[in-house]
Amino acid sequence: MLTNQLEVSMYRYNPEQDEFPYMKKYKIEKPARDIMVLDLLHLLKEEDESISYRRSCREGVCGSDGMNINGKNGLACITPISSVMKKNKIELRPLPGLPVIRDLVVDMTEFYAQYEKIKPFLQNNTTAPEQERLQSPEDRDKLDGLYECILCACCSTSCPSFWWNPDKFVGPAALLQAYRFIADSRDLETVERLDALSDPFSVYRCHGIMNCVSVCPKGLNPNKAIGEIKSMLLKSKKNIITSDGTN
Amino acid sequence: MSNSILTDNIKTIEFDALIVGGGGSGMRASLELAKSGLKTAVVSKVFPTRSHTVSAQGGITCAIASADPDDDWRWHMYDTVKGADFIGDQDAIEYLCSEGPKAVFELEHMGLPFSRFENGRIYQRPFGGQSKDFGKGGQAARTCAAADRTGHALLHTLYQNNVKEGTNFLNEWFAVDIVKNSKEEVTGVIAFSIESGEVAYLKAQATVMATGGAGRIYASTTNALINTGDGLAMALRAGFPAQDMEMWQFHPTGIYGAGSLVTEGCRGEGGYLINKDGERFMERYAPNVKDLAGRDVVARSMVLEILEGRGCGENADHIFLKLDHLGADVLNSKLPGICELSRTFAHVDPIYEPIPVVPTCHYMMGGTPTNVNGQAFRRTNGNDSIISGLFAAGEAACVSVHGANRLGGNSLLDLVVFGRATGMHIQEELKSGGGVESSSKGDIDASLERLNKLNESTSGYETASVKRELQECMQNYFGVFRRGDFMEKGLNELAEIRHKVDNLHLKDKSSAFNTSRVEAIELQNLFEVAEATAISAFERNESRGAHARDDFPDRDDQNWLCHSFYDPINKKVSKREVNFAPTKVDAFPPIVRTY
Repeated sequence: MLTNQLEVSMYRYNPEQDEFPYMKKYKIEKPARDIMVLDLLHLLKEEDESISYRRSCREGVCGSDGMNINGKNGLACITPISSVMKKNKIELRPLPGLPVIRDLVVDMTEFYAQYEKIKPFLQNNTTAPEQERLQSPEDRDKLDGLYECILCACCSTSCPSFWWNPDKFVGPAALLQAYRFIADSRDLETVERLDALSDPFSVYRCHGIMNCVSVCPKGLNPNKAIGEIKSMLLKSKKNIITSDGTN
Repeated sequence: MSNSILTDNIKTIEFDALIVGGGGSGMRASLELAKSGLKTAVVSKVFPTRSHTVSAQGGITCAIASADPDDDWRWHMYDTVKGADFIGDQDAIEYLCSEGPKAVFELEHMGLPFSRFENGRIYQRPFGGQSKDFGKGGQAARTCAAADRTGHALLHTLYQNNVKEGTNFLNEWFAVDIVKNSKEEVTGVIAFSIESGEVAYLKAQATVMATGGAGRIYASTTNALINTGDGLAMALRAGFPAQDMEMWQFHPTGIYGAGSLVTEGCRGEGGYLINKDGERFMERYAPNVKDLAGRDVVARSMVLEILEGRGCGENADHIFLKLDHLGADVLNSKLPGICELSRTFAHVDPIYEPIPVVPTCHYMMGGTPTNVNGQAFRRTNGNDSIISGLFAAGEAACVSVHGANRLGGNSLLDLVVFGRATGMHIQEELKSGGGVESSSKGDIDASLERLNKLNESTSGYETASVKRELQECMQNYFGVFRRGDFMEKGLNELAEIRHKVDNLHLKDKSSAFNTSRVEAIELQNLFEVAEATAISAFERNESRGAHARDDFPDRDDQNWLCHSFYDPINKKVSKREVNFAPTKVDAFPPIVRTY
């Protein structure tokens, strides 16, 4: 292949016409300057308008364009092609482990269901003051590294435990949010939140594989949050022996 | 989809209230309605947390008296009236600033992770155009912040609380056109599921356009790719007016080349702009507040520096934003998102080097005209007359709190205050027996026409290239500085583009997640907004706020202390009086606007 050419191999699937998904190769002149994978997708879509992917903010804050780029999950809009290109080749696939709707678009229903399951909202039944509830800067600092999650699903869909039990294992993204509320000094439902996670699957299916940490495009550490939850559960002396005898 | 879609073969889904758009204003309205027991749905073309509110950085401006215990909402009101260059409606600005603290404290109670001062109260930072004591007491610090990710924190908090209240979401459904009845009332929208392609008539007693801005009419914008003015365009196509469409804010600091926003909070925290000589040039243009003058003033100063040959870089075509003197600690704790964006898109680490920036289209001050209850209106015999069934809130609306220039941090406040007000009003109206009459089959069929035409297209123009043409035209002829003869050229080009936009060719006719169909309709929406902008800009023969005319460099209060009111049916602009009748304070009369 010519060195000024870029070969993009893309997962294609249109449920109305394809019985099976397939990889399609596109050859494109290598752009003069380094561009993001999302820009590359725009160029390809101008050539072939049937290509489908999600995108919105194009600056890494909305979480729409999570996909599997040369084998690793990431956001197309903040991944420069220079950082992933190997021998002038780039392979684009949908996020693994979720049903594919079309091309690079996955059905995120299960992912969102896990998020809703952890009750992702502040719970505090005391009468709210007329002004804000006070929170010390130190207590507020405890939310850093947690609240910034953009729900792109890069972490959960890189997690083998989530692939295996997407309905029962809460997954790194939602667990990070579970801890975000546990850690919030204004939230008063820590005991109930921990209780809801104490079954054998919700949190204990995390085996510290750490794919979540390695792929998070925002540099967050779900594994650490999961560790905090686990040790809080231990301290709360919950019975952690699971029904199948493992722990 | 080879056969035309008719009312008879689509589903009707009925609601009391339908909110189009899942950003800040839409979800604040839905939250109010979800608690009311009315059957409510939010229809959003993206999963709600992907909405553009997520990109807001610096904060939400509001006199909660945290940084300064003596702060007063009247001072905020004064700043907003002056920032708007005196064509903001003062009854609406009064409502915004006086109701603001309640709305912000509610967000905190919902869990929004605001940054904090040592005393545990919400952190506030200085932003441009802020003053104490009606401009006499120096710079104020009034912008409540969650680091530099306030929009993200706000949007996620609103989504979370909608989950808590059980709001009904139609996610990844795309609204195409408004459905009216014979009385010109709005009875809902035609929409389709992006995932399946299924088309439905979403029928409602109250339809709220909370569809945000349309920054994508320009080639260079801070706006998300989804900001295509869908709600405003639907209203225009339905024959409903738009107000102050010439007023587009160019944010001083978009990252050069990429367009991503760099928050004004950078300058609030002490950063400043320099030209190629390293000169802090804002000292010349705004001697008192320098880099914290109104955004329109700073953006124009930057363009003048570049035009006069003092721009930075090889082509002398941008300006530097200097932050390194703030130190790594401040940057990492107060502006972490900016450091990240700057490294990714400008290949520059602000801890060591300045960020290359350029004024970039950022915000639409105009929109569907509404009153403080979110009710859209038109003009009949020189009076405002309510359009039954139609509401608007947030950037899509022009309740007119921003007038000719919005102050930083006022957009997030606008979203929550007027999203909330709209929700409250709809509740009241529907519970007291209000509502609209049903549409006939013919009415609904009429609203399916555009979708059918696109689905049946066999030849025509390509979306991507026509979009580029439109964006270049707007950028070239309707940018930071405007001139009559250039705009005339632009209007001629737009007439040609209109033909192409009306004759797009959708090659891919498939149903499942067909983003090409969405993009074609979005382009048609962008065009409606661009045309309204161009015609309004050509008409306003003065310079005010964001609207700067080379050929009419001065503000002309004699003739133009008024709103421009665009009628899409005859494409004519008329004048509408500005409200100078707040109820709790005396009106602020127009004065010379300097910083």
